[in-house]
Amino acid sequence: MLTVVINLAYLLAAALFIFGLKRLQSPATARGGNQLAALGMLIAVVATLFWQRILTPVEMIAGLVVGGLIGMILAKRVQMTSMPELVAAFNGFGGLASVLVAGAEVARFLTDSDGMTASVVPAAQVAAGVPLDFTTTLTILLSVLIGMVTFSGSFVAFGKLSEKISGNPVNFPGMRALTLLLTLGSLAAMVWALIGAPDFPRVSEPVVWGVLALAGLAFVLGILLVLPIGGADMPVVVALLNSYSGLAAAATGFVLSNTALIVSGALVGASGLILTKIMCDAMNRSLFNVLLGGFGGDAADAAPVAGAAQDLTFTATTPDDTAILLSYAETVIIVPGYGLAVAQAQHQVRELAELLQKRGVSVKYAVHPVAGRMPGHMNVLLAEANVPYDQLFEMDEINHEFDTCDVSLVIGANDVVNPAARHDKSSPIYGMPILNVDHSQTVIFLKRSLRPGYSGVQNELFYASNTRMLFGDAKDSVTALINEVKAL
Amino acid sequence: MLENLTYFVLAMFVGREVISKVPQTLHTPLMSGSNAISGITIVGALVAGGMVGGVWAKWLGVGALIAATINVVGGFMVTDRMLRMFKKKEPRALDAKQEGASVGGHVPEAVAARS
Repeated sequence: MLTVVINLAYLLAAALFIFGLKRLQSPATARGGNQLAALGMLIAVVATLFWQRILTPVEMIAGLVVGGLIGMILAKRVQMTSMPELVAAFNGFGGLASVLVAGAEVARFLTDSDGMTASVVPAAQVAAGVPLDFTTTLTILLSVLIGMVTFSGSFVAFGKLSEKISGNPVNFPGMRALTLLLTLGSLAAMVWALIGAPDFPRVSEPVVWGVLALAGLAFVLGILLVLPIGGADMPVVVALLNSYSGLAAAATGFVLSNTALIVSGALVGASGLILTKIMCDAMNRSLFNVLLGGFGGDAADAAPVAGAAQDLTFTATTPDDTAILLSYAETVIIVPGYGLAVAQAQHQVRELAELLQKRGVSVKYAVHPVAGRMPGHMNVLLAEANVPYDQLFEMDEINHEFDTCDVSLVIGANDVVNPAARHDKSSPIYGMPILNVDHSQTVIFLKRSLRPGYSGVQNELFYASNTRMLFGDAKDSVTALINEVKAL
Repeated sequence: MLENLTYFVLAMFVGREVISKVPQTLHTPLMSGSNAISGITIVGALVAGGMVGGVWAKWLGVGALIAATINVVGGFMVTDRMLRMFKKKEPRALDAKQEGASVGGHVPEAVAARS
């Protein structure tokens, strides 16, 4: 009877997750959707606690409280602009949890147990002295592998996003060979453990050491897989790691034969994979290409490419000229990029937009799918600055409007507006869908310098006849624009 | 095992359907929200942590519980924090007054147009 109730509770939790995710389809219902999903989680936890009530609850309550407090503090205190790295960090914790659960499933056989009914391994199997059959062992090993790679990979992503680790692809000689070696080593550890499983726990070494070796190898593997990927490709990596943490949860679900885990893990796995695909399509690079790494780098380290040496001229402009251009335009489209986040100028941009709107100018924001360091990064940044979400438009919705746009204001974005992507077959960004900023009457770039962006490619748009460069820090420039517009 | 596999595959299909309609604007909360859901591992951790099966199992279980709870609580709270910020444009009384001052007499229309 109790198991029936608990399984029904798990079913309810899964249903709430699905409804909750569905409501994420619109900003109006999204917040409620999140709360539904949280409710589902609460139900699943309470049901499981209820099931375990005959066993020691003290450590469980303690674990819940400690984890809850840490999670709450991190969620409340962290700045909104550090959101990408925080999501990566939480993802890492999820992977770690999967590993530890799998480890616990193995560890509990290592000392004399008194016929507990807590685990789902059938008592008959335990009695027969063969607690770990092939399937169970395999799923434990997969849990450890995926969970550990997710853990270390996520924290490397955290490092890159928070700029503690260089945003440049890190490559050392022999890195590929080492990665391959680690993969083979992991497989070997898995095979060893699988071979030793039937004799477990009488002969515990193969399984225990196999699992430990796998954990260690997978940890380093996770690091090596993410290290060679450049900072601005992180959106893809984080989306992929997100999906891994879901798959790790599902694997744990297979180990414990727990429906809630399997279904929820699959939901999250699918979600992450879809986001990954969207990101890759938006960059017109295959996932393989992204994961191999070595692409792109932070502008600070990249040397300006040969294009600058050619006899190309750009036109610089000033805040007062730009202010006039903006104020007397009918339509203005603002294109935000990672530079906006770096300069922390989002509040000033919103203020400028409002000033222009009061003067009757139509102001819209065009957000490219891979602008920023995280899917939807720009949207969160602008939402934080109180920009109403109905002024934010996706590339496909707004691209044709550039034809009738008077002024495009590009702030901190570079590759996503580079026309070379359309026609220059030799360019690394060739084929990537871009925002048609060059179709507008005038383009104004807010940039600190002419240096190339993440891809290391010179942006030919800088030298176009209808482009004006407004040099300077984005925050300073926009503040200057605000003052000029007010003075008009 | 086969049952579990069935649930897994069906759930992946459902996930695909539901997620593909989430607009780009909400991709970041989607990632943090779905990440919080993947913290369902907390359930596995509770099962493991509650085990009476030796010291190692107990502590691994508690460790798993802490990690999973950080994931869940942090994840849902951070998602909520982000989603709170997404607002539609609201008519502001202050703006209406300014409109009234410069346009003179067209305040009601201006307010209606903004909402």
